[in-house]
Amino acid sequence: MRRAGTLVIGALVGLLALWLLWVLRDALVPTPRLAELALRELSNTGVSNPVTGVLLAYRAYDTLLELAVLLAALLGIWSLGAASPGFQPAGTVLRGMVKLVVPLLILTGGYLLWVGGHAPGGAFQAGALLGAAGVVLRLAGDARAGLPPVPVQRRLVVAGAGVFVLVGLATMAFGTGFLSYPHAWSKWLILTIETAATLAIGVTLAAAYVGGQPQPPSDTDGPS
Amino acid sequence: MMTSLLYGGTGVILFALGLWAFLVYEPLLRKLIALNIMGSGVFHLLIAIAERGALPPDPVPHAMVLTGIVVAVSATALALAMGRRLEDDDDAG
Amino acid sequence: MTADVLMLLFDLVLLATLLGLAVAALTSPDVRRAVMFFIAFGLWLALVWARLRAPDVALAEAAIGAGLGGALMLAAARRAARRSAVDGQADPDEEGS
Repeated sequence: MRRAGTLVIGALVGLLALWLLWVLRDALVPTPRLAELALRELSNTGVSNPVTGVLLAYRAYDTLLELAVLLAALLGIWSLGAASPGFQPAGTVLRGMVKLVVPLLILTGGYLLWVGGHAPGGAFQAGALLGAAGVVLRLAGDARAGLPPVPVQRRLVVAGAGVFVLVGLATMAFGTGFLSYPHAWSKWLILTIETAATLAIGVTLAAAYVGGQPQPPSDTDGPS
Repeated sequence: MMTSLLYGGTGVILFALGLWAFLVYEPLLRKLIALNIMGSGVFHLLIAIAERGALPPDPVPHAMVLTGIVVAVSATALALAMGRRLEDDDDAG
Repeated sequence: MTADVLMLLFDLVLLATLLGLAVAALTSPDVRRAVMFFIAFGLWLALVWARLRAPDVALAEAAIGAGLGGALMLAAARRAARRSAVDGQADPDEEGS
């Protein structure tokens, strides 16, 4: 029965795949696309990396909502209970490696954030590296994954979407509309948003790896 | 065109493989791996369509995939937290 | 012409490996091994996207999809293994923790 079910599902999914492939073959005709428009207008956004331009200028709403999704996911994780206590302290070799790798990760994150304006990189990759630094620290025995105390964590997590909305409201007050940047300021506004987003993404990912409510501030035994 | 079809087709096959495994396997972790591979198939398809031989690749699908990756991983983390909570409740009850 | 054929061959090898890794990640009997195949799959996918001239996305996939997603899943797999060990099956301790 179980084996037969597996085969039937396999056959059905195979048929679906064949149909999708057939549709794909017909859909692959050179149609007009958004790329030409996006690349032509790129000089107005203040960045020269087209992907960053799309993320933070043309489709900034998407990115804002995406940060909201991240926030919602973290709220869900935090509301599901306390985090597990973490791992025992690392041995000498791992500790030495962590001391070497974590600053390097943070440095690379900062570099990727800056370079995202004109080359591959940007807030997401930089935030991921910060999150990875948190994961490494947690694996090496730091129960809080190198994150700041809980109230600061909360503020940082909200900062991503918060700064985004504030910039949007500011441009609105300025008269250019929600999240349409004035030309001269564009680059710096994008960089501001990206910096906040990087921190928020890094903290969110590391906190998601810790996987539970941050320990209540009863453990007042100094910073780790 | 050939390259697009080749890479796009791989995306479709990845999606189908993931869907099959998602329906067939029961444990949560296996379903999550399957779901992530389904997602990767969709992302791969978008990236394959964005690449057009001599023309510069289209940045719009790239940005969409970039957001998609982050959302996928946060959804995975949420699902794992929920699964862990269910296990803990099983143990307690 | 030979360049085209070579490129096609390269593409085929790239994609065949990708599909092979996906199948291994989905069907491997040991969950922890499945997660490791999934990480390898994510890294290989990043390589394929670099070939498709999407370096931004390749970076993100390598760091977030394969790296953080893999770390999350490995932790979950470890917990699952420990649970099944608690449930009474003999489980050779591979953690070395």
